Amino acid sequence: MSFTTRGFSGRRRQPETRLPPGQTLVEKWPVLSAGPTPVVDTADWELTIQDETGTDHRWNWDELIALGVEDITVDIHCVTHWSKLGMAWRGVSLDKLFEHVGSRHQYVMAHSHGGYTTNLPLEDLLGGKAWIAIEAEGRPLHPEHGGPARLLVPHLYFWKSAKWIRGLTMMPGNDPGFWERYGYHIHGDPWQEQRYR
Amino acid sequence: MPRHLDGNALAGVLSEVFTADVTAARARCGNCGNTAPVAEAMVYPDAPGLVARCVRCNHVLAVVVEAGDRLVLSLAGLDTLELRAPRA
Repeated sequence: MSFTTRGFSGRRRQPETRLPPGQTLVEKWPVLSAGPTPVVDTADWELTIQDETGTDHRWNWDELIALGVEDITVDIHCVTHWSKLGMAWRGVSLDKLFEHVGSRHQYVMAHSHGGYTTNLPLEDLLGGKAWIAIEAEGRPLHPEHGGPARLLVPHLYFWKSAKWIRGLTMMPGNDPGFWERYGYHIHGDPWQEQRYR
Repeated sequence: MPRHLDGNALAGVLSEVFTADVTAARARCGNCGNTAPVAEAMVYPDAPGLVARCVRCNHVLAVVVEAGDRLVLSLAGLDTLELRAPRA
């Protein structure tokens, strides 16, 4: 049983207490990839959110940027046991995108260029908790790290932050994505150490 | 580019599942039909599991995840896997 909470204490966690159980601090940013790196030009880039009616809500690169790019400083936690603290990102809040989407479905499948998928409850994408990230550590997101744009959901293990994001599909149930089908946890909260199902 | 190894990288973990040497088996890709020894597949090891892809079309042939106390193996991307019976 834990005697601490993850609630908003108004006090910044010290590094050792910012590490979820089973994690090790890294300084460099490891590249994890389950396939070749897709090359996606921002001129051709498009993000689609498909609702249950089959309607596609679309944004090209300029339209995404026009929604408003935020500075974000967050810790990231990979299920392969490394954590990187205090990373500076820039991106567009998913709240801005979902303002334009009406859906009763409560689950989302993220789709990436290259075929990768991962599932998320909608509530994990809203409320200032998730972004379409376009920059990291002061630079445009490198293709090896998912550029030009990746999902950033830092409160869940980093496999949920899908690289090379191209679309979100609303789902009535929490169907598993790529790693979730192969034994990884359906939700992936690092503070609960939800690595495997 | 992310590094990948050849299919021999699967040998250790799959020896826990198969009695035959799977890397010598011939695998037919479920997407493009390319048939080749498993040892010739491209295996991406820098990921939460081992992902083996078709050398011709990149289709995911097999995924192996060591998920705590379980081994999860998917061969869903394969059409067929042809193994030689182990010698008696």
